[in-house]
Amino acid sequence: MTGRSSRKRNSTGVALALAGALVAAALAAACGSEMYEVPVETPIPAKLDITPFQRVLVAGFVTGGTEDVDTNQETVRLLRSQLRTKSELRVIDADPLQLVEVAQEQNKAATATPEPAAAEGPSVRSTSAQDSSAATVLPPKIKDEKDLEPYDRLFANTAYWKRIGEEYQNPLIVTGSVLFVPRTSSGLVTRETEVYDGLGRRSVIPQRVYMERKGFMLRPKFVFIDGRTGATISSLQRREEALYNVQNETPALSTYFELMDRIVPDFLGTLSTQKIKGTRVLLK
Amino acid sequence: MPCSVRYSGSEVLMQRSKLSLALVSVIVAGMAVPLLADTRTDAREQVEFGINVAQRGLWREAIYRWEKATELDPKYAAAFNDLAIAYEHEGQLDKARKAYEKAIALDPNNANIRQNYDLFKEINDRAVQPKEK
Repeated sequence: MTGRSSRKRNSTGVALALAGALVAAALAAACGSEMYEVPVETPIPAKLDITPFQRVLVAGFVTGGTEDVDTNQETVRLLRSQLRTKSELRVIDADPLQLVEVAQEQNKAATATPEPAAAEGPSVRSTSAQDSSAATVLPPKIKDEKDLEPYDRLFANTAYWKRIGEEYQNPLIVTGSVLFVPRTSSGLVTRETEVYDGLGRRSVIPQRVYMERKGFMLRPKFVFIDGRTGATISSLQRREEALYNVQNETPALSTYFELMDRIVPDFLGTLSTQKIKGTRVLLK
Repeated sequence: MPCSVRYSGSEVLMQRSKLSLALVSVIVAGMAVPLLADTRTDAREQVEFGINVAQRGLWREAIYRWEKATELDPKYAAAFNDLAIAYEHEGQLDKARKAYEKAIALDPNNANIRQNYDLFKEINDRAVQPKEK
């Protein structure tokens, strides 16, 4: 009797296992034959309507922070090369404007002569909007975001930008400010550590360790100006930072490019259609 | 001794009428099923053809095929999923979203459709991000 029931249990078990295997095989066959992974490239339209422009002038930037990198020169060079390859706009080659000096001159002129001086060119003449806050002191050396703030008035000076626009036959003007400052940080960070057991087997475990780190913070603000009117069309601000082990001697310029690499896609997305690559699953 | 059952005349008649009724119902059902099956088969053929051409990069032709498939069988979730992917590839993001939503509504438990939709949403959100002024 016992033998019979155990045989029965065995045969039920075998039947169940067989049925399970059959269902699994059927599912695998069904899924395997009805799914097709395909690469797709989704075009994302430009955030800014650039149809009125055929040319772009990356004019220059108000820059501050470390002196290890010529942030104005490098930013102008990088953005121009990116726009040349990834946008339909023709890039104008010109010396980058030294906008810190331009802003200082404009400020000096506004403080000295409250009335627009006829003798001065439009490069140093302020708009009425700017005159109201002309007395603000511009820090000659920009060390942080607070120092950078008063320079924002320069981008609202439509007369100045209109003149620049006329000089280059009304292009789209890209300007703004870039702050690239050293940063240090200390505290607990999670690191993965290799551990070997008694048998020599390797494993990786997360470990909280106290670390001193140093690096840089990059905060660009891109301002897009209509060269025909001198008015700001749009602006884009980003902030990125990279911190390394204190023993790691990473040059400032390579950190600058590492951080700009993260920001440039957003910048390009404002001016030109971007294609985002990915994969999707087609089904039958 | 062989065992045999004998029927009377009326019993035989009843048996025959039951049989003919069953036959008629089988024939009627048999005619309806092919009609449905034909539509489904046609839609499936369109989907298969679409996949074939999409794999060769002919996405516009694929869109035409998959649109046809969804017209033939409006409950074909896979066809809507494929159509959404093609719209996405062509930059028609609004149409893609609608097609994905339809596919999910038809087959809410399909992990592949959900994954495709999640990836699409990531891109779509980026595309419709408000401009920073």
